[in-house]
Amino acid sequence: MSRAEIVESADAAVAGIEDGSTVLVGGFGLAGMPFDLIEALIRQGAKDLTIVSNNAGNGDVGLAALLAAGRVRKVLCSFPRQADSWVFDGLYREGKIELEVVPQGNLAERMRAAGAGIGAFYCPTAVGTPLAEGKEVREIDGRTYLLEYPIKGDYALIGAHVADAMGNLVYRKTARNFGPVMATAATTTIVQVDEVVEPGKLDPEAIVTPSIYVDRVVPVKTRHYTVQGAR
Amino acid sequence: MTTTSSGQAHAGAPRSADHRLSMDELAAVIARDIPAGAFVNLGIGQPTKIADHLPADSGVVLHTENGMLNMGPKAEGDAVDPDLTNAGKVPVTELPGAAYFHHADSFAMMRGGHLDVCVLGAYQVAVNGDLANWHTGKPDAIPAVGGAMDLAIGAKDVYVMMTLFTRSGEPKLVPRCTYPLTGVGCVSRVYTDCGVFDVGPDGVRIRQTFGIGAHELAERLGISGDSPGRM
Repeated sequence: MSRAEIVESADAAVAGIEDGSTVLVGGFGLAGMPFDLIEALIRQGAKDLTIVSNNAGNGDVGLAALLAAGRVRKVLCSFPRQADSWVFDGLYREGKIELEVVPQGNLAERMRAAGAGIGAFYCPTAVGTPLAEGKEVREIDGRTYLLEYPIKGDYALIGAHVADAMGNLVYRKTARNFGPVMATAATTTIVQVDEVVEPGKLDPEAIVTPSIYVDRVVPVKTRHYTVQGAR
Repeated sequence: MTTTSSGQAHAGAPRSADHRLSMDELAAVIARDIPAGAFVNLGIGQPTKIADHLPADSGVVLHTENGMLNMGPKAEGDAVDPDLTNAGKVPVTELPGAAYFHHADSFAMMRGGHLDVCVLGAYQVAVNGDLANWHTGKPDAIPAVGGAMDLAIGAKDVYVMMTLFTRSGEPKLVPRCTYPLTGVGCVSRVYTDCGVFDVGPDGVRIRQTFGIGAHELAERLGISGDSPGRM
């Protein structure tokens, strides 16, 4: 089935995620983080996961809760250490989790490449730094580049604002962040949205993620996150 | 609040102030040097203050790497929206003419040379423009790079804003960085509480001094009196 399926619960949305899967998780800090899908994934029980996300969890919720439940073998992210990343910090210091630090733009572009069928690409970021170690170096037209490989997901869990019943997506403000890129880079893309509307209700000119990238959509009624000072 | 220059020196000539600048005063100095209409990324931490000193009619468009152009000031009260934050995850506002985009586009704007100026904090800058601002190199430190490496090589001009000396009095403008590098030869100017410097392939040059004479400053930094460009 290639057409997106609208499912009734976050649990139905994450059904079938296998042990050992690579899961791309959207969000930048809390904005765009698909909390309901992550909580459902914890209930679902898949383990030995590789998680690709910008951060490695905040506080004790969302990704941090998945990590605390011992389900994650490895994290690829740009910025694991934050003021409230104590769950990740503890696991890392105890040697219970692997970390690959990826510069934020490379994280995005490597997933973009995966979604666009690009085998690898040369990128100037991190040349001459410790993160260049082991990477092929090439000079092109007087500038030095590193060879970067795609990051492909078995699953992507992302948050969007509104979907139509076809699976077309629009996002809200900076909660868009990694969502559109991750949607292209996973075999199965699972989306939580605030609302699902009839096809035709979204302006076709304004669609950010076309339905071809989307597999399962679940509408969730509540927002599970706030920021300091909100509400 | 008046800040730095003791007179209307012609462009490029060293100017001075009679006191070491506060970070707010330094932010005002940098704001004055940002060309009108520029597309600018302000790094997390001290550089964020620069936005408060940009004249209302500057036409400067602020970029935040989590996917927005024409970012407005920090959000307060009812304006706080969890879906609208800056790169430091602080709630912000949008200005008329704002645009949202996903992470791969956001970093393509940097890498592709579309961003005019980026201002970053730093642990160390070398006289040749090498930047170290992501990792202390301490064995127990959890590495976290975020967008620093992409920004360092991305903008047309990369400025650093920092104190010139560590708390224990060690210069942070150095012949060669001892901390792990963020980027090679990427910084063109260094704004500090004690003075402003141009750095690059030709070495360092003092542009302005604050609360210290150019000769004494050169001495404290170990810049040779005969050829002030070299260290």
